[in-house]
Amino acid sequence: MSFMPYVAPEQMMKDRSEYAHKGIARGRSVIGLEYADGLLFIAENPSASLHKISEIYDRIAFAGVGKYSEFEDLRIAGIRLADLRGFSYGREDVKARDLANAYSQALSTIFTQQMKPYEVEILVGEVDGDASGTAIYHILFDGSVTDEHGFVAMGGHEEDLTGSLRDRFQAGWDLATAVKTAAEVLGSPDGRTIEAGSIEAGVLDRTRTQRRKFRRLEEPEIAQLLAG
Amino acid sequence: MTDPVLPLSGASFGANPSFVDLLRDARPGALAHLRQTVSTEMATGVPHGTTVLGLIYADGVLVAGDRRATAGYTIADETMQKVFPADDYSAIAIAGAAGMAVELVRLFQLELEHYEKLTGDRLSLEGKANRLAQLIRQNFPLAMQGLVVVPLFGGFDERRDAGRLFYYDATGGRWEEDDYQATGSGSQPAKNSLKKRWRDGLPRDEAIRVAVEALLDASEDDVATGGPSVYRGIYPNLLAVSVGGADEVPEAEVEAAVNAVLEERA
Repeated sequence: MSFMPYVAPEQMMKDRSEYAHKGIARGRSVIGLEYADGLLFIAENPSASLHKISEIYDRIAFAGVGKYSEFEDLRIAGIRLADLRGFSYGREDVKARDLANAYSQALSTIFTQQMKPYEVEILVGEVDGDASGTAIYHILFDGSVTDEHGFVAMGGHEEDLTGSLRDRFQAGWDLATAVKTAAEVLGSPDGRTIEAGSIEAGVLDRTRTQRRKFRRLEEPEIAQLLAG
Repeated sequence: MTDPVLPLSGASFGANPSFVDLLRDARPGALAHLRQTVSTEMATGVPHGTTVLGLIYADGVLVAGDRRATAGYTIADETMQKVFPADDYSAIAIAGAAGMAVELVRLFQLELEHYEKLTGDRLSLEGKANRLAQLIRQNFPLAMQGLVVVPLFGGFDERRDAGRLFYYDATGGRWEEDDYQATGSGSQPAKNSLKKRWRDGLPRDEAIRVAVEALLDASEDDVATGGPSVYRGIYPNLLAVSVGGADEVPEAEVEAAVNAVLEERA
């Protein structure tokens, strides 16, 4: 029988935290920001099919950075929770805050109890009614949640991106300005221009008449928004 | 139908994109009624939806239903909706035990939406039609006791660039039609009407009129089918599915078609 050497809890948490941080910082980033009609999630993603951004429910969207298999796991769990809730109660009873709490609980459990923490950070965004009903929850690998307003960046170069968004962000941007500025900010840490083809973006557009407010922006539309 | 779990060093293989399977695992009570037994009196005493029909037209497929629900000899509802969009590119119309039929529609809609969100792809029309057959087959024990649900399913097949129409029997049998079909108590007179009026490549406005007329014929020959009521403002529900998606035909258009048919017959 083998014995684990004693490791102080502080040290263990610090090691796990560092490990998760490193994994996340290696990856690309996602920006979430409010614009005139709702919420924009945008990322640099050379793959057109392995998404970082997706729909969870009628008014709720998801974005993840870090290890794909892990945030994909979380995305699927979120869709399952939301669809079950919406079926059991009513569609309007599915709320981003509930989902954020569920994610927070799950990630916190994984962080403290599993061999290896998830190397992910996620955003859960929601639009409802007018601009005051917009919410962005930012959930970290250890389960801590923050309620963000206006804009948020996560993933590699998180601090640079946040700094640059803080300088430039203005409430009430139209979609084109939001996409253009976010694309510039995403490329700014290493001074690159990101092509429309490597941008993934999705919006929760509260002006949509359909029940499902999420819409993925396809490449031609992104190119047009960037050019305009 | 649960995906077989292929054990890969303990982890299950692949995420099952079925909402119904998820529901069965997570909330077994929600589907428990499928194993119940009911008495004949009970089966005939609950509301039943009556006549729905579907037809292929130039741009795709049109699905229509009258508005009446009956419970035995009583009219349970005169404004029931029996035609629903299943997703952006398909529509479902239901006849039979109304409570279960509406629940089936809800499950089917969620099944399609859940699949789409989980996998990032819309199911093919073929896939949707097959899935619906499986859902109806689950209801077979209750169907044998009189709580039959027999839907029509119409959709736009993006791969074939054409509208397609399917109908189902109580055992989950799936049958494709390339012209028209009706189901429910007034289906025979409706089909007789469609047989005379339907032709290949009907433009949209004529297709609406043909559908409305068939429902009117059904209501004249079948007590359980509700006819349009001009003074109460009750008109059939119609959904047209074309390359642009599933769109409800505006009531004004249905009303105009009904009036045109009534005028011609006056």
